Amino acid sequence: MSAAPAPGAAGKAPADDTARPVGKSSWTPYALLTPGMLWLGVFFVVPTIMLIRMSLSSGTAFSGDGSFTFAFVDLQWSNYGDAWNQYVIDTPIFQKSLIYALIATVLTLVIAYPLAYTIAFKAGRWRNFLLVLVIAPFFTSFLLRTNAWQTILVDSGPVVTFMNDIGLLNFLHTVTNTPDSWPSWAQIFPDGITAEDRVLATPLAVIIGLAYNFLPFMTLPLYASLERIDVRLIEAATDLYSSAWTAFRKVTFPLSLPGVVAGTLLTFIPAAGDPVNAALLGSASDALMGNAIDAQFKATGNYPLAAALSALLMFVIVAMVAVYVRRAGTEELV
Amino acid sequence: MSEQTPSIAADSTSTGGGADLHIVDVTKRFASFKAVDDLTLTIPAGSFFALLGPSGCGKTTTLRMVAGLEEPSEGRIVIGSEDVTHRKPYQRPVNTVFQSYALFPHLDIFENVAFGLRRSKKKDVRNEVEAMLELVELSTYARRKPTQLSGGQQQRVAVARALINKPEVLLLDEPLGALDLKLRRQMQIELKRIQTDVGITFVHVTHDQEEAMTMADTIAVMNAGRIEQMGAPMELYENPVTTFVANFLGQSNLIKGQITGKSGGDALLEVQGQRMAMPTARVHSERDEVWVGVRPEKMQISRTGTPTDGENAVTGVVTDASYIGVSTQYLVDLPWGQEVGVFSQNLSTEGPLSAGDQVVLHWNPAHTFALDAAQDADAGSEKIEGDA
Repeated sequence: MSAAPAPGAAGKAPADDTARPVGKSSWTPYALLTPGMLWLGVFFVVPTIMLIRMSLSSGTAFSGDGSFTFAFVDLQWSNYGDAWNQYVIDTPIFQKSLIYALIATVLTLVIAYPLAYTIAFKAGRWRNFLLVLVIAPFFTSFLLRTNAWQTILVDSGPVVTFMNDIGLLNFLHTVTNTPDSWPSWAQIFPDGITAEDRVLATPLAVIIGLAYNFLPFMTLPLYASLERIDVRLIEAATDLYSSAWTAFRKVTFPLSLPGVVAGTLLTFIPAAGDPVNAALLGSASDALMGNAIDAQFKATGNYPLAAALSALLMFVIVAMVAVYVRRAGTEELV
Repeated sequence: MSEQTPSIAADSTSTGGGADLHIVDVTKRFASFKAVDDLTLTIPAGSFFALLGPSGCGKTTTLRMVAGLEEPSEGRIVIGSEDVTHRKPYQRPVNTVFQSYALFPHLDIFENVAFGLRRSKKKDVRNEVEAMLELVELSTYARRKPTQLSGGQQQRVAVARALINKPEVLLLDEPLGALDLKLRRQMQIELKRIQTDVGITFVHVTHDQEEAMTMADTIAVMNAGRIEQMGAPMELYENPVTTFVANFLGQSNLIKGQITGKSGGDALLEVQGQRMAMPTARVHSERDEVWVGVRPEKMQISRTGTPTDGENAVTGVVTDASYIGVSTQYLVDLPWGQEVGVFSQNLSTEGPLSAGDQVVLHWNPAHTFALDAAQDADAGSEKIEGDA
C-alpha cells in the first residue's frame, strides 16, 4: 500500500513541482540575512576598524594642525601603554568600572529573579500586565529616568531618611570603609561604598542607577527561560523526594541558566561602559571608563588615547564573556 | 452508574512488594466543576490496575491526588495502613511515570535515574542505578542526555527513574501515549514484564482500552468523575453493566427491547415483535424497558435459512461489507430501520456477502446483555472521533 505513490513521484523528480521550492530555499536565507549583515558591516565592522586604526595613530584634535597620522610602519602602541598606565595603574578607573558593573549585575539578578519567577509561575492572568510594567520605563528617556534618581536619592528625601533610620547607610559605610585591612578594595572605594548619612554622589548611587536602568534587560531573558520550563519537571522533582527548595535548586534554577547568562551579559556589558549613571549620580571620584573615554575625546581631544581605552575595554569584556559563557556551560545559548 | 463495587475480591495473591491503595469517598472540585465525584476504590497490593476513561473523566486527577500533586476536596487516601491525604508528594511512598515522561533535560540518563536516590540520601547509588539501567536495557546510554534517546528509550528511563525508589505504588499517567502503535505494543508487554518482576502495585491511567486490557488485571472504567464498572478485562468486555462501558470498551449493538418474564435462570425478551431469551444474571436493569446488547463479533451472519434452535435471531439486509483480511465487517439494516455491525470471520469459501443480501443474524442467548433503557445508547462511543 505504502509503495503505491513512490514510482510516480520518483519518475517525475526533476519536474516543475519540486524544482521551485529547492531553488527558492537556496537563496532565501541570504536575502533575509542581507539587511542585517549590511547594517552590522556599515555600523559595527567599519567603525570597529576605524576605532582600532585611530587607537594606533598619533596626533590630537586640539593642538598642532588637528589631524591624525596612521602608518603601518609606525603603529602607536604607546597609546595602549598610556591607557594602561593612566587608567589601570595610576587610577584604578578600569577596575572600578568592572567592579561597579559587577555589583550592579548581582544586585539586578537578585531583584529580577524573584520578579521573573513570579511573573512566569504565579502571576496567572496578571502576567501580561506585569510584563508591560517591566518594560514601561522604556517609554521615558534613559537620561530623564537617571536624572529622576537624583530626586529620589536626595539627601533629606524619604528614601535616604528611611535608610538612615533603619541604620542601613551607617552599616554599609562601616562595613565597606576598610582602608587598612583590604588595600585593593580601598583603592576602588576609598570612602566606603556609601557615605554615613547620604547616598547621592557616592558609589552606591551609581550602582543603584545602573541596577535600575538595566533591570528590564535582566528580567526579560530570565522570564523567557523560566516561562519555558515545563511545570511537570518540577512536579517530577517533588515526586522524587525533593522539597520545594530542592526542586528549585536541582531543576528550576539549572534550567533557567540560559536566562541568567543572557541577562547578566545584557546587564554587565553595557553597565561596564556606561558614563551616564556615574556622571549624574556619582561624585567626581566615581568616574568610570565611559566618563574617562568621554573626557579624553571631548575635553582633551586625545582621540587616539580615547580609542585605545575603548578598544582595551572591548577586548577585556569579550575575553571575560568568553570565559564566563564557557564556565556556565550554556554553549548552546550563545 | 449502577453497581459500584467498592472493592475487588483480593484474588491476586500478593507477590510481596507494594501495598494496598485505598481511595475513600474522595471528591475533587475545581471551582464549581466536580472532576472526581465521591470515589471509593481499593487496589490490592501487587496488582496491575488500570483507570480507563475518556479525557476529562477524572482519571488523571485521581492519579494526581494519589501522587500528592492535587489535594482532595473531601475524602481520604490510604496507602497500606498510612493515611497520606495531606502529605506532600515527597513524603509519600509513591512514584509517578509522567505523561511524556518529564525527564530532566539538563541531566544525563544516569543522573535522571539517580535523582530520587540522591534526594533521599541513599548509599550505593552507582550500583543501584546500574542495576536499574540493566533491567530496562539502557546500560550503554547512561551518559546520554534525554533528548538523544528515542521515545521508547525515554519511556524506559521514566519507568526506571520511578521504580528505582521502590515505591509501594507506581503511578503511570498515559505512559505510552506518545509512542507509535508498534512501539506501544512492545512497551505494553515490557511494562507487564517489569511489573511481574518487581511485584509493585501499578496504577495505570489511560484512555486506550486495548492498552488497559493488555496490561491490567483489573480495570475501572471511569466516566464523569465516577466509576462505571470495575473488574477483570474479560468480565468488563463480556458483561458490561452500563451503555457507557458497552460502547467505550469495544463496540456494542444496542437494540430496544422489553423484558416480558422470567423462567428458571432465563429472562424472556420481546424485541421488535421477536421473542428472545437471555440469562437473568446478565440483566443490569431494574426496569423492564432495556437495551438488548450484543457484541458485533458474537453475531453470526448467514444467507437466510433457519438458525440453530434456541438462538436469538433477527433478519436484515446487508448495507455495507468491508473485507479487512482477518474478518469482514458488515453493516446490516434491520426491519425497523436500525443499523447494526457484525464482525464475521472469513471461514466461508464462497467469499463474503455483499450489499443488498438478505441475511439472518443469530447469536447465543448467553452472549446477550441487557442494560437500563433510560441510559443514553451512544454514551461512551464518542471516543471514535476524539482519539487517534
